[in-house]
Amino acid sequence: MARVDLDAEAEGLRRNVLTTTVDRMLAWARSSSVWPVQFGLACCAIEMIATTTSKFDIARFGMEAFRASPRQSDLMIVAGRVSQKMAPVLRHIYEQMLEPKWVIAMGDCASCGGVYNNYALVQGVDKVVPVDVYVAGCPPRPEALLYGLMKLQEKIREQGKLGTLRRAASVRVG
Amino acid sequence: MAREADLSPVQAFLQERLGEGVLEVHRFRGDATVLVQPDRLLEALSAVKEDPWRFEMLTDLTAWDRYPTEPRFEVVYHLLSLSRRERLRLKTRVPSSDPVLPTAIPLFAGANWFEREVWDLFGIRFAGHPDLTRILLPDDWEGHPLRRDYPLTEEPVEFRGYTPKVPSQTIPHVPPHRREDP
Amino acid sequence: MIQRETLTINMGPQHPSTHGVLRLVLELEGEVVVSCRPVIGYLHTGIEKEMEHRTYHQNITLVDRIEYLSSYHEEFAYCLAVEKLLGIEVPKRAQYIRVILAELNRISSHLVWLGTSALDLNVTSLLMYCFRDREEILELSEMVSGQRMMPGYFRIGGVQQDLPEEFFPRVRRFLDEFPRRLDEYEVLLTDNLVWRQRNEGVAVLRREDALRYGVTGPVLRASGVPYDVRKAFPYSSYEDFEFDIPVGEHGDAYDRYRVRMEEMRQARRIVLQALDRLPDGPVLVEDRKVALPPRRELVRSMEAVIHQFKLVSEGIHPPKGEVYAAVESPRGEKGYYLVSDGSNRPVRVRVRSPSFSNLQALPVMVQGGMLADVVVAIASIDIVLGDVDR
Repeated sequence: MARVDLDAEAEGLRRNVLTTTVDRMLAWARSSSVWPVQFGLACCAIEMIATTTSKFDIARFGMEAFRASPRQSDLMIVAGRVSQKMAPVLRHIYEQMLEPKWVIAMGDCASCGGVYNNYALVQGVDKVVPVDVYVAGCPPRPEALLYGLMKLQEKIREQGKLGTLRRAASVRVG
Repeated sequence: MAREADLSPVQAFLQERLGEGVLEVHRFRGDATVLVQPDRLLEALSAVKEDPWRFEMLTDLTAWDRYPTEPRFEVVYHLLSLSRRERLRLKTRVPSSDPVLPTAIPLFAGANWFEREVWDLFGIRFAGHPDLTRILLPDDWEGHPLRRDYPLTEEPVEFRGYTPKVPSQTIPHVPPHRREDP
Repeated sequence: MIQRETLTINMGPQHPSTHGVLRLVLELEGEVVVSCRPVIGYLHTGIEKEMEHRTYHQNITLVDRIEYLSSYHEEFAYCLAVEKLLGIEVPKRAQYIRVILAELNRISSHLVWLGTSALDLNVTSLLMYCFRDREEILELSEMVSGQRMMPGYFRIGGVQQDLPEEFFPRVRRFLDEFPRRLDEYEVLLTDNLVWRQRNEGVAVLRREDALRYGVTGPVLRASGVPYDVRKAFPYSSYEDFEFDIPVGEHGDAYDRYRVRMEEMRQARRIVLQALDRLPDGPVLVEDRKVALPPRRELVRSMEAVIHQFKLVSEGIHPPKGEVYAAVESPRGEKGYYLVSDGSNRPVRVRVRSPSFSNLQALPVMVQGGMLADVVVAIASIDIVLGDVDR
């Protein structure tokens, strides 16, 4: 019987085979192709569009597919001020998204009400939907939004390591 | 309001045409303003719309609240004559007890949304408007926000152990100066 | 018995083609639009009420965010209104700087319009090209004021600081290349059969309807009325410059497209003239009751310190009165109606928004057309919902 060189075998396996958990695989897949829903409200939406264009290129993160339908998207970037009239619509769109879903509050108005503090605006979109990442700025530069998106990707991958992905997916919202 | 000499021809025409209906006429920084009685408003608008004045376009219809002075609301019509390159401001005042004006839609179709906005934000009704509903605020909103006695409804910032001033108080309101315009 | 029913569908407020949070309730008979009812207010921010609780200087920050694609024009109109109320004269250099930045803003706003309108009609690559050009203008804005959008650069009495040295070669380089790029876009679209078929004869607004609804800007000019605030009521040295006003004929979406493309070229023409003839001098009015004194004076003069203190802690006190001042923004006549009672806060700030009036004409434009033409109509009016709802 031929002798098998166990060390060389182990080395070969380590070089050619990647072992991981299913959660981490899922997290890697989910974070690499987050599809946002088109939810540009005001000025921040213009900077969001600028992020998708060639100078800042959101496509290198796999996020250039802004879906018009919330049923096909994972991420809602609330870009702009949320008025009292728009808040129920925002919630409705959020509820139409399928799990797992994330929310980025882009800009000061979505994070905390921004420059405005009056009867017409909801002071921060986290009063309506749960927010994962807040991106400050008025409007935030496209680089700032990209940094926020990268933080979100980190968060998704962390959820994979902690094993909270599928548990989060089973929580009912609303 | 400061008075300057040289009323414009259209102002003189309106004074002559409406007589008692014109309450005030002045020019301030080049802007020609005519204040009319509410019941003579449509007459004034249609008079300046035809030849030779030709103020064909209503660029703006708005109001402001003079609370607590009565008559409380001043409704302002900004007119524009494209051919003669001239602007005119027609104003009228309505009391808070009965804030109603006739609609200007028969003369200017663009008054439709302007009047809805004035109703929405001030509560001034326009008799004869086909669809006087809220336009900017949700349909079930109560109150008329741009009135002076409607609060700004600021939300205090959450801080632990310290209550900062609301933003509109960081620079306080200083009452009118006694300085008159020369 | 055959009964005919119309189908009522809802378009928006979250919709890729409504250019913002606009809701349209459309009544359709097959594909033909019987009636259209826009529902607005989804972006109502209460800016006018907010401005009554801030001083005149603080309001410059708020007005930036109303018509967010053309912030320089907003600040322009607001500062013109306050300066008219105060009765002060802005230094000539500041006037020319304001014109330069406003016209550059016009180009960048029209580029956004072109990119997003083309995107609605599935010319997806044009969005990238237009925003590439817009990035250069945003970098110029950042060089001048520190911010890409919402600059907060104009002050009551002038501008905040002078243009930096790096601005001039950069802007000339941009303006040298810009006509060639516009030619490329025109080659793609102007004689393109698909573009023409989708835009010609679509969303027609007749001259009479435009005047009745108070429509201004490129939409009015495409309908055949040669009204431009820069020519009719010249402000801030516009009478010194030579430029043409493109006027259309048919009032359809194609004419609006041609008018805006030509406006971009004319804006470039104005900027070149202003750069060539830029006068020397101060960029902020010297009146210490209105504008902050320069920093170096604070070290030497007690009076300057007191003025600075008063201006920052209280603000300016314009005389009692009311004024209306307007500029030609990329969308039409942007006017500010200011009422002051002599205190440090305005009593009423009314923003005469061009998009509000232009949108009112939308039902007239789409009536009798196809559903697909509604998208073209909204794109061709070029509305900014922040301006409509304020």
